[in-house]
Amino acid sequence: MYEKERDLIAALARRQIGRRDFLRRSAKLGLSTALMSGLMGQSLTHALAADSGIDWKKHQGTSLKLLLNKHPYADAMIADLDAFKQLTGMDVTYDVFPEDVYFDKVTAALSSGSSEYDALMTGAYQTWTYGPAGWIVDLKEYINDSSKTAGDWDWDDVLPNLRASTSWSGVPGEALGGDNAKQWCLPWAFELNSISYNKRAFDEMKIDPPTNLDDLMDKAAQITKSDKNMYGIGVRGSRSWATIHPGFLSGYVNFGAQDFTVEDGVLKAAMNSDAAKAFTGQWVKMIQESGPKNWSTYTWYQVGNDLGAGASGMIFDADILGYFQNNGDTKEKGNIGFHAFAANPDAKQPTPNVWIWSLAMSNFSGNKDATWYFLQWATSKQHDLFGAVKMDMVNPVRQSVWDDEDFKKRMEQNTGYLEQFTASAPGSKIYFTPQPLFFDVTTAWAAMLQQMVAKEVPVDEGLDQLVASINDQMQQAGLQ
Amino acid sequence: MTSADHATAGRAAAERPLTRRRRRNLLPYLLSLPALLVTVWIIIPFVTAIYYSLLRYRLSLPQLRGFVWFDNYLNFLTDGRFWYTVEVSLLYTVLTVVIELVLGLGIALLLQRPSRFNNLAAMLLLLPLMVAPALASLMWKLMTNPNFGILSYLVGLVGVTNFRWASDPSSALFTVVLVDVWVYTPFIMVLLLAGLRSLPKQPFEAAALDGVPRTFVFFRITLPMLMPYILTASLFRMLESIQQFDIVYAMTQGGPGNTLTVFQVEAYLQFFQFTNVGRSAALLMVLWAITFALSNVFVKNWLRLRERAHGAAA
Repeated sequence: MYEKERDLIAALARRQIGRRDFLRRSAKLGLSTALMSGLMGQSLTHALAADSGIDWKKHQGTSLKLLLNKHPYADAMIADLDAFKQLTGMDVTYDVFPEDVYFDKVTAALSSGSSEYDALMTGAYQTWTYGPAGWIVDLKEYINDSSKTAGDWDWDDVLPNLRASTSWSGVPGEALGGDNAKQWCLPWAFELNSISYNKRAFDEMKIDPPTNLDDLMDKAAQITKSDKNMYGIGVRGSRSWATIHPGFLSGYVNFGAQDFTVEDGVLKAAMNSDAAKAFTGQWVKMIQESGPKNWSTYTWYQVGNDLGAGASGMIFDADILGYFQNNGDTKEKGNIGFHAFAANPDAKQPTPNVWIWSLAMSNFSGNKDATWYFLQWATSKQHDLFGAVKMDMVNPVRQSVWDDEDFKKRMEQNTGYLEQFTASAPGSKIYFTPQPLFFDVTTAWAAMLQQMVAKEVPVDEGLDQLVASINDQMQQAGLQ
Repeated sequence: MTSADHATAGRAAAERPLTRRRRRNLLPYLLSLPALLVTVWIIIPFVTAIYYSLLRYRLSLPQLRGFVWFDNYLNFLTDGRFWYTVEVSLLYTVLTVVIELVLGLGIALLLQRPSRFNNLAAMLLLLPLMVAPALASLMWKLMTNPNFGILSYLVGLVGVTNFRWASDPSSALFTVVLVDVWVYTPFIMVLLLAGLRSLPKQPFEAAALDGVPRTFVFFRITLPMLMPYILTASLFRMLESIQQFDIVYAMTQGGPGNTLTVFQVEAYLQFFQFTNVGRSAALLMVLWAITFALSNVFVKNWLRLRERAHGAAA
């Protein structure tokens, strides 16, 4: 590397110059954007090494293998991976699988007790299986061990709701983040659920983003009936847990409905409460009137693609889904707006159920301490900032990144994004009751929604059937 | 040569055929060793599956793991979902096998006479069989998209609007059967075409000389002689159809609702999504039992027909 570039990195690492200054000077030196990103990642990692208080070279020569899902978050990490290799002298290889088969691969790898992978991407819900099964490591012992954890890693900088949402005691029904909770994974990046909408269509129709469910249903119907050649509202509908956790559950809990109640220490399904029936009835009507025609096959991809292609007027789904459509190579690039959404007009604030992409350590890894070094680096302020500013690692999980001026400036280019985040974040967390039959329950729930939308069963009757079936399954599993 | 040498030479001479005989006796075992190894390779997971099916075993609840013996099976008896799985799997199998058989036989009869055109057509018709079923499903998913799919457009031209294909419970089975028929009819066609072209010519020539009507020839000569081929093709398709996974899962994940929860989809979800190893294994054992029974019926009939054919020839 040339002398001037080296000095520039050293200056940034010593914090003698800011990041913006660093980028300006790099450009003057004629460095490409990609190279500048790489240099920035390396310089941030140098800063990590300088302030850490641990010997980053301790596991030099060790090889780690990661199991990754094909995702912008994984892309951001891979783009910055050389920085980790230089910092530690370790080698890192990885397998990347598309999301359709990713969790099957994880289940196969971990249930077989394979030591092939040291760390893996996971969601919090999945750890409700992996943790009690003994497949992943409780990371609390590492977090609390100052001889293994860098001083400036700063666990408290991670948003508190996310820290709580990724820890669980393993006792069915016991709240996430309790005193006995085990930290099954580290939050990496996450998504809230809010409204992403087509600004041009809304402007032309002279309508504002919806503020509650009734308003949303009216506006969605208006869009569907208009001459815009688009349907009103995109939400997921496939026969999977993924249909329940974004918009549906965020709206459901906003009306005070719950998935389970605990009666005498026993979990009882509660999807047929009055609040649940009322909300579900409206949701089903909304899809029938203004949803996509083949809603029952809709996954994250279809919902996002339709918004990006101008086929839907708005979506009630992950904010980052709208973000990717607004910043990717789509027809509606730059034309997507964002708005916080509380389905219940009487609710104090939005209550988005969150999805948290996280990193976990395999219990079968032969290099646990070295893996912990990787996990620290991948969830560090430095990498989080790199991912959020230079790549598409949004939403970042660290408060320090949300406070960063460069990051804010970047997000301001997305109309309403920061405002929706500020309004939604306080009420955001995982609203599911943690229990080991999570996927059985949510798949049955999605299947019942499909039947109700297809008018095969009335909403009230369908929810009564669902509750009976789930209680039966809980009983068979020995949980009731 | 001493007498001792003579004795040794005599013993050696006597042992030589013995060793050769022993080798000859060992030969069948050596030849069947690969098959034996493959059998063991199959038996181990089979026995493991039987073992798991007798357990209450969820990966997410390791503390509750234990023998429940036949509880997983007994639970099926009172479980409406299980009986629906049996019903929809058998319905899917019957529909696909019958439709593919009728279409495959029809096409084979059309292409029976060897000619350049017929040979080329037979080759082209095999193309769907070259497409992986999962890919074919994704292709059909696009073609049947109600918003922009070509098939949705075409049915719209004949006045069928808002047809939702695999995303509506009333048309989901029809749609996946359609895809299965598109993929696998060529398989039946090629088997039956080979059968038709290998039938002896004399009975047909005699019938032609006697001026026997074509329908009579078809039902009394062609069909009975072709029956072993039909049974073989049906057996293969039946075994595949009752174990259908890729088309149904790629297009519907078993939905909408529980419309298409066929055996393999249900077993897959039970294991990979719900980590319910016990129920998944029990489902697969029931599937094995059904498959075994059905193939026995087919094989017995096939043997009966073969014996009858040999008897007639004698």
